[in-house]
Amino acid sequence: MALIDFTENGMYCRAGDFYIDPWRPVDRAVITHGHSDHARWGSKAYLCHIHTKPILEIRLGPGQYDTVDWGVPVYMNGVRISLHPAGHIIGSAQVRIEHEGEVWVVSGDYKTENDGISGAFEPVRCHTFISECTFGLPLYKWKPQEDIYDDIRNWIRSNQSAGKTSVLFAYSLGKAQRILRPVADVCPTILTHGAVYNVHTALERAGWDLPAVQRVMPDTPKDLLKGNVVIAPSSAEGSPWMKKFAPYATGICSGWMQVRGNRRRRNADAGFALSDHADWQGLLDAVKATGAERVYATHGFQAAFSRYLTEIGLDGREVKTEFGGEEEEQPTPGVPDLDEETA
Amino acid sequence: MTGQPSHISPGTPATGGFRAFADLVTELGTTTKTNDKLDALVNFFSHADDRDRVWVIAIFSGRRPRRVVNSTLLATWCTELNGLPFWLFEESYHTVGDLAETIALLLPNTAGDEGSGHALHHYIGKLKTLEKESEETRKAFVLDSWREMNEAERFVFNKLITGGFRIGVSQKLMVNALAKTVKVEPSVIAHRIGGNWDPSTIRFDELLSEEATGTDWSKPYPFYLAHAIEDDIEKLGEPAGWQVEWKWDGIRGQIIKRNGELFVWSRGEELMTEKFPEYHSLCDLLPDGLAMDGEIIPSIDGKPLPFALLQTRIGRKNVTKKQLQEAPIAFFAYDLLEYEGIDWRTRPLSERRAQLEKILATYQHPTLLLSPVVAVDSWNELAELRQQSREAGAEGFMIKKKDSPYGVGRKRGDWWKWKIDPLTIDAVMIYAQKGAGRRSNLYTDYTFAVRDGDKLISFTKAYSGLTDKEFAQVDAFVKRNSIEKFGPVRTVKPELVFEIAFEGIAASNRHKSGVALRFPRMLRWRHDKTVDEINTLDDLKKMLEMYGK
Repeated sequence: MALIDFTENGMYCRAGDFYIDPWRPVDRAVITHGHSDHARWGSKAYLCHIHTKPILEIRLGPGQYDTVDWGVPVYMNGVRISLHPAGHIIGSAQVRIEHEGEVWVVSGDYKTENDGISGAFEPVRCHTFISECTFGLPLYKWKPQEDIYDDIRNWIRSNQSAGKTSVLFAYSLGKAQRILRPVADVCPTILTHGAVYNVHTALERAGWDLPAVQRVMPDTPKDLLKGNVVIAPSSAEGSPWMKKFAPYATGICSGWMQVRGNRRRRNADAGFALSDHADWQGLLDAVKATGAERVYATHGFQAAFSRYLTEIGLDGREVKTEFGGEEEEQPTPGVPDLDEETA
Repeated sequence: MTGQPSHISPGTPATGGFRAFADLVTELGTTTKTNDKLDALVNFFSHADDRDRVWVIAIFSGRRPRRVVNSTLLATWCTELNGLPFWLFEESYHTVGDLAETIALLLPNTAGDEGSGHALHHYIGKLKTLEKESEETRKAFVLDSWREMNEAERFVFNKLITGGFRIGVSQKLMVNALAKTVKVEPSVIAHRIGGNWDPSTIRFDELLSEEATGTDWSKPYPFYLAHAIEDDIEKLGEPAGWQVEWKWDGIRGQIIKRNGELFVWSRGEELMTEKFPEYHSLCDLLPDGLAMDGEIIPSIDGKPLPFALLQTRIGRKNVTKKQLQEAPIAFFAYDLLEYEGIDWRTRPLSERRAQLEKILATYQHPTLLLSPVVAVDSWNELAELRQQSREAGAEGFMIKKKDSPYGVGRKRGDWWKWKIDPLTIDAVMIYAQKGAGRRSNLYTDYTFAVRDGDKLISFTKAYSGLTDKEFAQVDAFVKRNSIEKFGPVRTVKPELVFEIAFEGIAASNRHKSGVALRFPRMLRWRHDKTVDEINTLDDLKKMLEMYGK
């Protein structure tokens, strides 16, 4: 029995009459996490993890946001729904759906390495697993995060000795918070772009204990910038806003930085393949841990990933969705970018 | 050893051996600033092993060791080690866009970051001995090398085998780095490394020391460049004050004869003497103390041939007989810069031109031609003649003030170029494929179609002309609107219309449409047009009739 249909509004559970991460306004939406390609504006009621609510509030404005904690069941039309940590960003969840003995899990975005703030990815047994595969090719093989943090810290130190400001581009929700601790080890003051700052303060208000940051303001003294780190969304790259940091070096934190050509295209001084998505092995491990017989591969390298799953004896299928599958902010057509407005 | 990759700490002293070379390549590929690249090269050339330095000069100037293993074997061995199906290797390759890098990314993890401990010349020496060995021996060497290397080294090692070090280092940049390292004029260095030498026997000092280089007889003059005419041509005033020449579509160059030696420089200040054997006999013919500006261009019986033929000659060290016959290179001279050892650049163009004509009349040679002056009575007449540029094998006119000196760089006012507009046609994108290099994992290579009744007929590919932002938008469209997948190629919903510009059109039986375009590129994205409004195959055939014969 199919618990999820792939419709033009997104993933729909007919039995429970709700959508998961719909890309058009619907009556009832279950949201995996707060990134703009998953949490979209306009639905009447949202259900999300308690940690995701403050994020939805700053991104989508006021609305009806029902929350639930990890593993606590919620019923819609007799369909049992529960959320389980996905390890992608703060509050990110996999959605487990159970109805008449059948269990499906929608992964949302996930990573299998525990980053200390997003919750540890929890494998959930199911019959059918709908998995993202943003990095679903074997060339995506992440180094352990501590090694990447070492690389980032070494890069910052070398910029410091050259008298440069280090500008790190990272997704303002998720990676910007993740890199705070490693960066704070080598840098007394961390400055941020307004978009990062807004997320930061919203999370602090919600009770998160994060290393302190300062927002870059027009009157931020130049001395404060020198040798320190600025964290900004990639949309700030090359904008006039960057001028006041000169001399500076730029570094991009994204899984796409795994490939030389992508690093060169971005013209940054350094690329760090630090991702909030699972790498190839992480995806395979996650799929196997669910025990699912059928796996729908969505947003990413669906064709290759599902074909490989089929070759290793699973029922791998490919589904097209409207999720960006990107690691960096992409403006969504028609939706005002609330982060940038206040930047 | 610090155990950290160099790209995150620019400027640290290089550790020795192959790893230093790998770190250099990594840094050159990551750094965007020319000065940082220069520093990285200077750092390398100041500290590296003597034989390795010579080999780096050789590799970066296109003298790589002979290829001993083909791509398919490398890929096969890689999949043997990682246990993945071959199709998955291919998928990965189409996303990465670079074979050497794909293999480096897919090989099982390295033992550590330390690196192999061997020198660059160690691997090159081995590669050379493999030329005569069996496939088993080659395989053992490659697998052992992969095993002992770190990831950056594996990438560079694969590059050494597969060739093509296109890593953002121009010949000029390397020359400047060497000049800075050994404190000798860049033009001297360029001359020295442009010559014939064997990297396996020569020492760095023999190649580049001050004693080895001596007086620089090769030095070219800076090229004087023209501005494009954007305004009304009439604003130039009376045509009588101007010299008009066809604008050729070759490589701008200088031929210099001094001290019994001949030097051919490209506008990129690359020494190209060895590339074009056609010029070699000019050395005996021409007098010393002569420098001419002109066009390096393939030509038969004084008629220029398409640039595409010149492309078959560039970038090759060894020219085949067939190439010499099909694309013989001539020099269309249009200016005189030095005569009898005297710098003529401050004299007026009219005087330089008269002397140039005399010289070419005296020293006749089949490859040395005078670029003709186009007689012009009125600008209107010239405008009409300009429409026939394609027939003349030119891309418009050069318009030079008769009393102008030969300046330096691009100075406005004395020299103008008046290029023809490209041919254009509106077409719809039907296939897309991911690009390579900095376009890795991005759909940037498109195939376009025109209408033929209710069918769409593909007629050209194009890869350039859009901004990065537009490419990102098209990429997103392709990802959402692909219909079928044939290996790396996606068929795409025929919806996006582009104006395709091109420089020429020829009949071709290799293409379904029956035509082949020259220099096709996307001139603009026609958001205002739908697929019903694109051009037809008949339109293309009419263009072929008009311009392709």
